[in-house]
Amino acid sequence: MQQPAIQVRNLRKSFRKRNGFRKKSELWAIDDVSFTVAQGETYGLLGPNGSGKSSLIRILSTLLVADSGYVEMLGYTLPEQQEEVRRIIGRVSVDAAFYKKLSARENLLYTALLYGQNAREAEQRVMEILEELGMENAKFSTPLEEMSRGMQQKISIARALMINPPLLLLDEPTTGLDPKSRRDVQSFLENLQSREGTTILLTTHDMAEAERLCARIGFLAHGKLVAEGTAKQLMRRAGAATLDDAFIRLTGEELVEEEMMAVAD
Amino acid sequence: MEATLRQTWAFLFRGYHITRRYIGWVVVFNFYALVTSATVALIGVAAQDYQLTLKLVVGALLWNYLSWLYQEISMSIAYERWEGTLEYTFMAPVSRAVHLLGVSLFSLLNSVVTSVIVLIGLMLFTDLNLRGVNFFGVLVVLAVSTVAFVGLGLFAAVFPVMSAERGAEATHIFQGSLLLVSGVYYDIDVLPRWMQPLSAISPATYTLSACRKLFGVGDSNSTPELLAGAPLSAVTNELLILALMGAILLPLGLWAFVRIEAWAKKTGKLKRTG
Repeated sequence: MQQPAIQVRNLRKSFRKRNGFRKKSELWAIDDVSFTVAQGETYGLLGPNGSGKSSLIRILSTLLVADSGYVEMLGYTLPEQQEEVRRIIGRVSVDAAFYKKLSARENLLYTALLYGQNAREAEQRVMEILEELGMENAKFSTPLEEMSRGMQQKISIARALMINPPLLLLDEPTTGLDPKSRRDVQSFLENLQSREGTTILLTTHDMAEAERLCARIGFLAHGKLVAEGTAKQLMRRAGAATLDDAFIRLTGEELVEEEMMAVAD
Repeated sequence: MEATLRQTWAFLFRGYHITRRYIGWVVVFNFYALVTSATVALIGVAAQDYQLTLKLVVGALLWNYLSWLYQEISMSIAYERWEGTLEYTFMAPVSRAVHLLGVSLFSLLNSVVTSVIVLIGLMLFTDLNLRGVNFFGVLVVLAVSTVAFVGLGLFAAVFPVMSAERGAEATHIFQGSLLLVSGVYYDIDVLPRWMQPLSAISPATYTLSACRKLFGVGDSNSTPELLAGAPLSAVTNELLILALMGAILLPLGLWAFVRIEAWAKKTGKLKRTG
């Protein structure tokens, strides 16, 4: 049997919050979460803001260390094998974090060098990715600050894929994008998954996006994974006609308002 | 090895392009460094005392070099937070030693350029004759003290990892304290007695003391036409202390950085907003 791409078992992470001068409270960001993602699968994590999605992605990205639990990514465990895990993951976060004054080319070449890659080969690959994402070559030398959010996010995707990672961690990659950019990104991810068999872990607020892209979906609420399955299984289990309704029934949470807030942000 | 060289080059590449894009601010900062140094040096010119002028020039020049070096390294994490790229740098498969080496190399280049600008400017303002200065000795002292200052910078760079805003403030407080206690523009014995022991733990104290000897400051044989720069053997004590400080501070700074990074990953501090 093929080993899973991602194995997460009984993962827990809490943060201490100061209330006043001496009092501290503990907030569970991730509370006993377990799931598995098969190689080549696109797995979606849905949840409102504060449900623990980003904390989970940050643990898998080696930026956060869990309090307890087991994480294995393509045979490498965290936090013990951080160096190895960093070589096999690409990440796209909700905010396209770049040196905004630098051009797309400069930002991407910097990343290529940072990953120890040959800059020229990386540049060629980036151009192919950007072309597939529907971006003009002329924009390559434009400072990021002069680009729309949609364009910045496409560059961010190109950055994550430039290193050809077998594992892609996408943290709300289409939040705040215009409909065309959103569609471009979604089509690209579909093609990537079918063409290269890249394993994708996607967090999103967007039910339609999750339904379109993800083979399986997990519902996160208050740090807990409350339900998991295909979109159809989740709807059947909740006795709901839409994934939206299934989410509300299974988690007791509204997603729409949160999504609107995230878009406004 | 090739990959490591590329990774080191990545930080120089990034620094160069950021400098190019912020060139207006780079000019302003260098102008400010030159003007503040000139205003200090002109105190000696006004007193018509070339020895005082020389002492102030050496202080201004070295402080520019050391403080820029320290500041660029210690603020490198804060800059990444401000740009929002901190997480991407820390999740790249680059060892922290290579990361900090790359940052330090770019900071070093930056400091050298600023120091050269300040030196040329000060020569125009003060009309000093530098014949007789032991430049080779000065370069040796600077090379040795650079290691100690890189270590100090790495040590101070942990503050912005610990706290986004307060950390950057702390690095500046530390830098200001070094300026105060190291005898940059005055002799250490003018400091309050309780403060004087602090100068002994600042590498800048020994760098300044050694370089002033190598410039011939305070030497009765020095004249405005020909300075009596001391031989390198005259600053052996300072060199040994600086070498010892470098040998302690550099690994200690790296160790502290790695420890604080691990702590930040446990507490969730390693994110762009801090």
